[in-house]
Amino acid sequence: MASINILVVEDSPTMRQLIVFALKRLKDVSVTEASDGVDGLKKLSNNKFDLMIADINMPIMDGLKLVSLVRQDAKYKSMPIIIVTTEGAEEDKKRGLTLGANAYLTKPVQTTQLISTVKELLKLQ
Amino acid sequence: MSKERAEEFFNTFKKTAEFVKELLHDNERLRFQLARLEEELKSFKNKGESLDAHAECHQKIARLEAEKQELLERFKEVENENKNFAEKYVEVENENNNLANLYIASYQLHSTLNFKEVVQIIMEIVINLIGAEIFVLFILDEKTNELTPIATEGLELSEVTNVKLGKGTIGKAAKTGENYFSEIIPMFESFEQDLPIACIPLKIKERTIGVIAIYKLLLQKERFTELDYELFTLLAGHAATAIFSAKLYSESERKLSTIQGFIDLLTK
Repeated sequence: MASINILVVEDSPTMRQLIVFALKRLKDVSVTEASDGVDGLKKLSNNKFDLMIADINMPIMDGLKLVSLVRQDAKYKSMPIIIVTTEGAEEDKKRGLTLGANAYLTKPVQTTQLISTVKELLKLQ
Repeated sequence: MSKERAEEFFNTFKKTAEFVKELLHDNERLRFQLARLEEELKSFKNKGESLDAHAECHQKIARLEAEKQELLERFKEVENENKNFAEKYVEVENENNNLANLYIASYQLHSTLNFKEVVQIIMEIVINLIGAEIFVLFILDEKTNELTPIATEGLELSEVTNVKLGKGTIGKAAKTGENYFSEIIPMFESFEQDLPIACIPLKIKERTIGVIAIYKLLLQKERFTELDYELFTLLAGHAATAIFSAKLYSESERKLSTIQGFIDLLTK
């Protein structure tokens, strides 16, 4: 059974596949996919996750709203959150980090960068 | 006479006694000298041994120095080898990641026969994997020889007009089938249709079926990377095939339902 559970909230199936494919290279990792913020919240309430990767621009509920709601939940107050987005402006990054994200990566994201950020936040070898 | 003899004998005896005494004294002196010489000899012998040991130590040190030098050189060699391996590892890792990206992009492109979904996947690849902010996807209408915009990102579809095959940067790229890349990526000020920074004709063998024209990259993306060029090559082939297959499929579906309608009419 996987010991690390990661939630990927991303509306683009291609991008989601890419992230999942990258994460599967880590040992004992189970990845759950969600296609928007609401879907992500549902999955967060039904399971326990160790880390969340979220896009910003998504339909129904965007990533920033999702991050702020997640941080209000005591269960996920300290869960590491990585934002992976096309929004590369400094103010967007500041906003994301202020709302509670632990890392802010911009697309096109390098797989090695994503993996090393995940490892760093989960304190993996 | 006998008195003289006795005196002579006494004198001789006395002389002999003195001589023996002298001999004994000499003997004693010589013994002492011998003992001293033996002592000196012993000391010389020890000194000689110590000199030998010293020379041996010197040789040992020289040998160890040479060994140390050799080991240092080997260490340097191994260090360089390690550095090369590390560089190679990073290179292979990047190559693997790029291949994974290409695999996923191609897998996604061929995951559906729905035309709209294929177009959506092409747009996703150009946004997420290449990092384009403003771009247009044109499809070639072979009847009119015009490129028609069917999807846009960063601008409205209504802002884009049809392009004649062979006309302007986009038309030429479509006609020649060759990728176009602007030598410098200028600061984007406003949308000018015939000034894209890249044009990628979508081709099935030598037949162009459409073009992707990119006008602006994402803020964080300064230039195209090696992976982008590989993605362009992949898009040129796979996106074209995916679009073509999806079109054929929807046409065949349409024809099938028409034929089915006829059959139903005839049989009922």
